[in-house]
Amino acid sequence: MNNLMKSSIFSVAVHKYAMFIALIFIAVLFQILTDGVLLAPMNISKLVMQNSYILILAIGMLPCILTGDIDLSVGSVVAVIGAIAGTMIVVKGMPVGLAVVLCLIFGLLIGAWQGFWIAFMRVPAFIVTLAGMLLFRGMTMVILDGNTLSPFPESYQFVAQKFLVDIPLFASFPYSTILVGVLVAAICVYLEWHSYRQKIAYGVPTGSRGIIFVKLALIAFISLFAAYWFTKFKGLPLILILLAFLIAMYSFLCSKTVLGRHVYALGGNERATLLSGIKTKWVRFIVFVNMGLMAAVAGLVFSARLNCAAPSAGLMFELDAIAACYIGGASATGGVGTIVGAIVGGLVMGVLNNGMSIMGIGIDWQQMIKGLVLLLAVAFDIYNQSKK
Amino acid sequence: MPKVLLDMKNIIKEFSGGVRALDKVNIQVREKSIHALVGENGAGKSTLMNVLSGVHPYGSYQGEVLYDGEECHFNTIRDSEKKGIVIIHQELALIPYLSIMENIFLGNEKECRGVINWGKCRFEAMKLMKRVGLDDLPDIPVNKLGVGKQQLVEIAKALSKEVSLLILDEPTASLNDDDSEKLLNLILELREKMGITAIIISHKLNEVTKIADEITVIRDGRTIESLVKGKDDISEERIIKGMVGREITNRYPEREDVAIGSVCMEVKNWSVDSPFITGKRTIDNVSFYVKRGEVIGIAGLMGAGRTELAMSLFGKVYGKNITGKIFKDGKEVKVNSVAEAIKNGIAYVTEDRKGQGLVLLESIRENITLPTLKRLASQGVINEHKEIRVAEEYMQRLHIKAPGIYQKTSNLSGGNQQKVMLARWIYANPDILILDEPTRGIDVGAKYEIYCIINELAKQGKSVIVISSELPEVLGVSDRVYVMNEGRFVGELSREEASQENVMRCIMQSNAKKRVS
Repeated sequence: MNNLMKSSIFSVAVHKYAMFIALIFIAVLFQILTDGVLLAPMNISKLVMQNSYILILAIGMLPCILTGDIDLSVGSVVAVIGAIAGTMIVVKGMPVGLAVVLCLIFGLLIGAWQGFWIAFMRVPAFIVTLAGMLLFRGMTMVILDGNTLSPFPESYQFVAQKFLVDIPLFASFPYSTILVGVLVAAICVYLEWHSYRQKIAYGVPTGSRGIIFVKLALIAFISLFAAYWFTKFKGLPLILILLAFLIAMYSFLCSKTVLGRHVYALGGNERATLLSGIKTKWVRFIVFVNMGLMAAVAGLVFSARLNCAAPSAGLMFELDAIAACYIGGASATGGVGTIVGAIVGGLVMGVLNNGMSIMGIGIDWQQMIKGLVLLLAVAFDIYNQSKK
Repeated sequence: MPKVLLDMKNIIKEFSGGVRALDKVNIQVREKSIHALVGENGAGKSTLMNVLSGVHPYGSYQGEVLYDGEECHFNTIRDSEKKGIVIIHQELALIPYLSIMENIFLGNEKECRGVINWGKCRFEAMKLMKRVGLDDLPDIPVNKLGVGKQQLVEIAKALSKEVSLLILDEPTASLNDDDSEKLLNLILELREKMGITAIIISHKLNEVTKIADEITVIRDGRTIESLVKGKDDISEERIIKGMVGREITNRYPEREDVAIGSVCMEVKNWSVDSPFITGKRTIDNVSFYVKRGEVIGIAGLMGAGRTELAMSLFGKVYGKNITGKIFKDGKEVKVNSVAEAIKNGIAYVTEDRKGQGLVLLESIRENITLPTLKRLASQGVINEHKEIRVAEEYMQRLHIKAPGIYQKTSNLSGGNQQKVMLARWIYANPDILILDEPTRGIDVGAKYEIYCIINELAKQGKSVIVISSELPEVLGVSDRVYVMNEGRFVGELSREEASQENVMRCIMQSNAKKRVS
């Protein structure tokens, strides 16, 4: 019996962390295949910067997938936001701060537009966002008139391209990255400890103390080591701070708030959620408004990173973001998935891309391999589910 | 005595994780007999039938299956169907948008090199439909038929496969008394005319005692006993004793004399139009009241409009052009959304717990707190620890049997699922609870527990409205019974007056009146 328990706990763990384990495996594999280039400090920074916009999109996409919907328009929204930013800043010379705020508002409006049709008019999300994909791509071309706008001023590129030491305040302080590492470790340890105390206060069973200590030590070690590793190149990329903030915030939103729970319930059984007095239409609407906002953030980051606004920006981004969610364990029928899972899924694809690029494997092969990874990851997930 | 057609010997079936669903089960079915398989939910009836029909392939279980004297090694459903063993599951396996004849011949098409011969199809379908008493055209889609007729389509489908042993899993669970009776007569007729042997799995013991020649009782994966009509006592009490291992002397707990208080909710002149068929009035000028501490029942046949009434009261989830007034403690209240209904202390526990009640992907805990999350949160952030405590408290209070609050509700038995639904709404602390078919498809033991919960709620001063298709249940739990027929309330009976005869009389009289006018 004890053995049985152990093996079932083990299998649960394997199932829960399968993609994370796969990510580590892939990373180690490419580390070997690329003779240590993959995990070198410089490449890690590059990896984060290259994938940041897909990860931001995945954060917005996950709630859409949780409610059982999908958003195919985000690639085009990325492009149109870039085009608007380019027109406002490069052509009209508007202040960067104002332009960024206007772009974010425009993203919210796009989300509200699509959310209106999906939530209140009950047009399937697939169709609304397919229409949006064409609509916003066309809008991009109209705005840019076929041209590519560049360059953006330095201040616009800041978040996407710079490092912590580039901020004047930290410029003379080489240990700032380490400091952030310490800070993150401290916050994580505090939160874990706080939850442990709360559990005791409410009489909820806690895990054994030993395991908690191991967990805390591991968290502290990883954040400190990561900080140390970044200092070996230029320090912490600023985009990572934004990304970490978004991941933490949306993980919290999804798992700890009423709204998050309503999103999961809506995806699991819409009728039951409605009969529990939850305004399902508004929940769905909010999810799409949020997707619009995230797409706008990704659009800003992407145009800043490439330092241009191009008509073809963001092509196929929606598919990468959707794939990230599915690889990360989200269910196509809704109700299942996590933000962290989607991030891991996005990183799996990012590492594959990056690793294969370093090895000189052509884009043609990369596409095929990515396709197979998506298929196998989801098949593995379904196999695991059916086994239970 | 006729020969044994099916003999299953010492069947043992284990699922992964060491759960032994069947433990040396034996069952013998005689040719041209109707054999009933009864047992509580989770006793192993469905698993046994899945072994027989090849859903669980040969090798995944131990024991022998002898059919017509031959040992059988079925690997798929097709193998068993070739032998003439056809199973009709509780959830019908019809394709809603395909026609009756397409459904009948699904997987068994009348074809010639892949091209369907529609003429032959139609001809054969008509023949089969006539045999089961379906008088519709063979090319109307099955979703246009009622559940009763869909059941008949399933049987026609089985007949098209040259069935010799027909297995019916809860065939009458979602049928009204009239349709149930027809179906049971059909089974008897098929035996007389075509020599078809049948196994029936059913919770409705009155039906079992009526038509079965032999009854096998299963409990906890074991065969308890086999009762033969004419030889053993096959009364309902006797069967229940076998099923639960003890005698339930009283199937409904005694209603204690609780003080019934003032009128809690009153509904006046409530009318609702169907949202699907324009001009059709589903609820017609209904007025009723319920007092504090009172349990009222709404009796009526399938399609009388009971569920529609409940759902239109519960924040107008059903219907359009709704007119009428709802009073709560004498004051008129507006109930235009589910949220408003909950705010006004109305709760509705749906009849369709899987489709409209539970979020099956989620755990017991998340299902219990779904409508009340805001109460457990501050500034939109859930206090999880408090939530866990609530979930654990209610799991204990309602005796939900599960390894823990983190158990997914899809893994629970019907009775426990129902209790999760009740826990959800009891925690919401409403004044009025509308329970729609609270015991559908759950076993005798769990039913009794649910009745006790209903009594307990009334004792706390809540008003409970019970809607049920099982007349004895409505009569057994209610203080007062309203009779509903075709969208109207056609009778109000006190506890003393309420009997099956009186309820049926109300319905018949209203039908007669209608015909005259």
